[in-house]
Amino acid sequence: MDSVFALVGDGYAIVAADASAARSILVFKHDEDKIMELDSHKLLVGAGVPADCAHFNEYIQRNLTLYELNNDIKLSTHGSANYIRGELATALRKGPYQSNLLLAGYDAQDGVSLYHMDYMASLSKVNFGAHGYAANFILSVFDRDWKKGMNLQEGLEVVRRCIHELRTRFLISQPVFILKVVDAAGTRVVTL
Amino acid sequence: MARRYDSQTTTFSPEGRLYQVEYAMEAINLAGSTIGILADDAVILAGEKKTTSKLLDQGKQHEKLFKIDDNMFCAVAGITSDANVLINKLRVSAARHAYTYGESMPVEQLTTSICDVKQGYTQFGGLRPFGVSFLIAGYDESHGFQLYHTDPSGNFSGWKAYAIGINNNTAQQIMRQDWKEGMKLQEALELTAKVLTKTMDTANPNAEKLEFGIVEKTESGKVRFRMLSDAEVNKLMADAAPKEGETEAEK
Repeated sequence: MDSVFALVGDGYAIVAADASAARSILVFKHDEDKIMELDSHKLLVGAGVPADCAHFNEYIQRNLTLYELNNDIKLSTHGSANYIRGELATALRKGPYQSNLLLAGYDAQDGVSLYHMDYMASLSKVNFGAHGYAANFILSVFDRDWKKGMNLQEGLEVVRRCIHELRTRFLISQPVFILKVVDAAGTRVVTL
Repeated sequence: MARRYDSQTTTFSPEGRLYQVEYAMEAINLAGSTIGILADDAVILAGEKKTTSKLLDQGKQHEKLFKIDDNMFCAVAGITSDANVLINKLRVSAARHAYTYGESMPVEQLTTSICDVKQGYTQFGGLRPFGVSFLIAGYDESHGFQLYHTDPSGNFSGWKAYAIGINNNTAQQIMRQDWKEGMKLQEALELTAKVLTKTMDTANPNAEKLEFGIVEKTESGKVRFRMLSDAEVNKLMADAAPKEGETEAEK
C-alpha cells in the first residue's frame, strides 16, 4: 500500500514516500518516516511488507556504518547498491525480504545516482522510479514530465504533479507525503 | 611431549618477544632483492629471481610478482610455498569484495585482511607463522596509487619506496637519497633499475633474473596492471649499468 518514488535532477535526487502507517482499514499514524538515511549522503526507502521494510533498512544502515568504521571510508552509492542487492539475493531462497527499494546517493566522484531494486533482488540504475500501486500512476507522470538536468524547483514541480495524480486517481487516501533531497551538501527534508 | 612444541610458536619469551615471528622475518632477509617504488602516476614492483637455470621449465610459474586483481598486484619475499597460500587468499578476498560491492577492493582493506590472517598464526593454533613478506601495490579511487609492506607478524605500513630481501638496507639508503615527490613512471623505473644494480646478487642483471611490474592508469583512465617485457627490462637495466661502469672507470 506504500507509495514510494524518486527522481534524479541536476546534482540532486528527490525521494518521496507516503507517511501513512496502516493495516486493513485502520490508519495508525500519518507521520511514519519510511526514508532512511544510510549515511550522510544516501537515502534508502522501501515499499512492501512494513516489518520487512523497516528491519531491512535498519540492517543495511547498521552494516554500512560498520563498513565505514572498519575501513575509514564511506561505501560509494554503486557499491552500496550492489551490497544491498546481494543481501536481498542471499535471503531470497531462504526467507525473502518482501521489500522493494529505491536507493539515492551522492558521491564526489560520480555525482548523484538512483538505483531501483525489487524484492526479488533485481537492480537497475535509473533516472526515476516508483514502487507500490502508486507506480501505476506515477511512472506515467514521470514518462511525460521528467527531463534530464532539471533544477530543484522543476524537480519538486514534477513531484507535486505525482502527488496530485495520486490524490485524484488512487483509491487509497494518503494525505501526507515526506520528501527528502540528497545532494553534495547531504540529506535534508524538503516541503513542496 | 607435543605440548612443548605447540606452545613455542605462539607464546612470549620472558623479555616479551615472539621468537618465531622474529625468526620468520630473518628468513626473509635471505630472499631475493625486492623493490617497491611509488610514483605520481604509477606504482612499480621489481624482484630478483633466485631460481634461474637453463634447465628450469618455466611454464606459468612466477616467483616474485603476482596479480591479485585488475587494480592490485604484489611482490613476494620469503618461503614460496607459504606465499602461494597467502596469494590465493588475497585473490579470493579481492574477488569476494568485487562480487559483493561491484567494485574493486581498496588496497588498504586488502592489506589489512591478509595481515589479519598472518596475525592469527602468531597468536593461536600452535602453527608457525607464514615466512612471507609482501609488497602490495595498487590503485583505488579514495587514496590513489599506494604501496604497502607486510611482514610475518601481521604488521603493515604504507611506503613511498621500500625494499625487502637481500641488501634491503643498501636499497633503502639509495631510495632515501634519490626518491623525490612527484616522480613520474619513467623516472621511477630508472630509480628502480639503479637500486637493483646495486643490490642484486649478480654481475649481470638482465630480464632472465628479474620480474618488473607496474600498476598505472591508461589514457582512457582505466587502471591496469602489466608486467614489463624482457626487452623493456633489459633496456632499463642496461641504461642503469653503464653509469656504474663510468663511475668505476673515473675512479
